[in-house]
Amino acid sequence: MSRRQAFALGVRALLPMLLGVAPFGVIYGVVALQSGIPPLAAMAMSSVVFAGSAQFLLAQLVGAGAPLLLTAGAVGLVNLRHALYSASVAPVLARLPQRWNLLLAYLLTDEAYAAAIPHLLAEPRSPFAHWILFGSGFALWAGWQLSTLIGVALGAQLPADLGLDFALPLTFIAIVVPMIVDRAGLAAALGAGVVAVLLAGLPYKTGLFIAALVGLVVGAVLSRRAA
Amino acid sequence: MTLWGLMILCGLVTFFIRYSFIAAEGRFQPADWFRRLLPFVPIAALTALAVPELLLVGGSVQIVNPRLWAGMTAILVAALWRNTLLTIGCGFAAFWLLQRLI
Repeated sequence: MSRRQAFALGVRALLPMLLGVAPFGVIYGVVALQSGIPPLAAMAMSSVVFAGSAQFLLAQLVGAGAPLLLTAGAVGLVNLRHALYSASVAPVLARLPQRWNLLLAYLLTDEAYAAAIPHLLAEPRSPFAHWILFGSGFALWAGWQLSTLIGVALGAQLPADLGLDFALPLTFIAIVVPMIVDRAGLAAALGAGVVAVLLAGLPYKTGLFIAALVGLVVGAVLSRRAA
Repeated sequence: MTLWGLMILCGLVTFFIRYSFIAAEGRFQPADWFRRLLPFVPIAALTALAVPELLLVGGSVQIVNPRLWAGMTAILVAALWRNTLLTIGCGFAAFWLLQRLI
């Protein structure tokens, strides 16, 4: 696989998710302005923080005048699951120059990780594997900036709800289901799914993080027993 | 000014969470149990993101809701054909159809 092919593969894998991300970005732009954040700062947030649900929370907390450290802590909790992605891709990115690691860490969102990970696992030895993640990360980044810009430009008008956000869970299903090839994988999915629903009421998406941890442990315990 | 400071702080927090294990790679030898968890990250994390979107409507479990059954359709299609675009297409088709019916 060439550098160019790897990049294109990453972009292509991410494209369906933009269907769900774009309306989300537009709504973020609108919500940020309504919270009293100036247009320039609302736009800058999308590249400085670059994290969908954390930016919504940030806009709300700024609007409510929450204290600085509480806000930063809440944003950290919302994004805690990204540490799992970091651990998951770290072996593939080992031995890359520092500037690549910094760039790919910055781009490591739910969507970019989801789009790239099946391909990273399939081609861990490819010298251009990191270009797959870069392709997915860049495509999401560009789509997020553009949709935020549209939201900020639209101002008070919310786009009609066409249910396009459903593209995200659908794409996650399309990615995860083929990865489940044994009982350990199935148990990891069931464990994570059940706990995510049970703990959905916890603040700052901490339920998601706990659910993912439960899934990891269930999967690892069962795969060890099978081995 | 405080807004920009807050933004940069939140950006740094987010970045360092994402950078954490990438930065640590090669600097320590991860324990065996830790390495055994890693293969399950995609399945566990992405399922945790998707399942509440299917089952919960306004914070409570709803069995009769278009997203759940469209999602079930997508799971079936994904299991049978392992094709991303087909899965998303069938999922959306089922979603729009069920929205009219339910």
